Amino acid sequence: MGPGRGAGGVNEVWEVFRQERRGQPFEHAGSVVAPDAEFAETWAREQYGRRGESVALWLVPRDAIHAVEHWADEFDLKYRRVDGYSIKVRLKEARERAAAGPR
Amino acid sequence: MNELLLGLADDELVIGWRDSEWTGIAPMLEEDVAFSSIAQNEIGHARAVYELLADDADALAFDRPLDEYRCAPLVELRLLDWAHTIARRWLYEEADRIRIEALMEDADPAVAGLAAKIDREEAYHRMHAELWHERLRDEPRFRDAVADLWPYALGVLPPDQREQLAARVSLEIPSNNVLLGKERGSHTDELAELWNEMTTVRRSAPAGAQW
Repeated sequence: MGPGRGAGGVNEVWEVFRQERRGQPFEHAGSVVAPDAEFAETWAREQYGRRGESVALWLVPRDAIHAVEHWADEFDLKYRRVDGYSIKVRLKEARERAAAGPR
Repeated sequence: MNELLLGLADDELVIGWRDSEWTGIAPMLEEDVAFSSIAQNEIGHARAVYELLADDADALAFDRPLDEYRCAPLVELRLLDWAHTIARRWLYEEADRIRIEALMEDADPAVAGLAAKIDREEAYHRMHAELWHERLRDEPRFRDAVADLWPYALGVLPPDQREQLAARVSLEIPSNNVLLGKERGSHTDELAELWNEMTTVRRSAPAGAQW
């Protein structure tokens, strides 16, 4: 459903972020189109919380989001990545040293 | 059988059915989801109250003949426009609140506890209804719908609770002959059609449908 007039006001898109359990990060759940924060809350409650799947929601007008979408990616940046560098063995050794107590 | 509780449960069951008739065709997608969810909540409240009254909620909900239902005519009406549907939702929540608040003081702790639990969920239904009411109250179509349904809304409550409702919604109580046929105890013709649909599955499998 696109923005337009509804319920007597101009609609806007509200992005909905959902927290599944206290202390967990909020994750993007979807969006609602609503004429104001109160309708956005009422609709988001029913759409993203009716099965007890959320303990909290954040509602953010899409216009309030400062989006970052452009990157200078002409150079090969792969050398900065650590894929393939396994720390598993080193970590195991470090844990064993730690368990053995101070030298 | 507690007639007051049976009336409450039947109201919640029937308005749940009526409101869920909007699933898929409500004026906005978001409202469609919300309205359907609220309708399901109402049916959930009906189930909880039936369980307080009998061992088998389904039997109580679906196995009674039509004339044993205690729902108020307000919830029976098949409303085909959004203005009337939202006007009923708002008036119903205002009336429901008055009887639920009274039940929260009930001497039976099981009744008082369930009323409090229902009230905690109804708070969100009231928030939803109030938002629509605030937006639409000056719209002529909504005002006409409220005027049409107001006598039926009074019929949800016993006479001693009606003044309280009138004060809450700032409307005048009309004369008794206007209320005739619109109070609990009467049924509309539309209930028969709904009962027929509502009990189809149950009647087709008298031993109990397995899902």
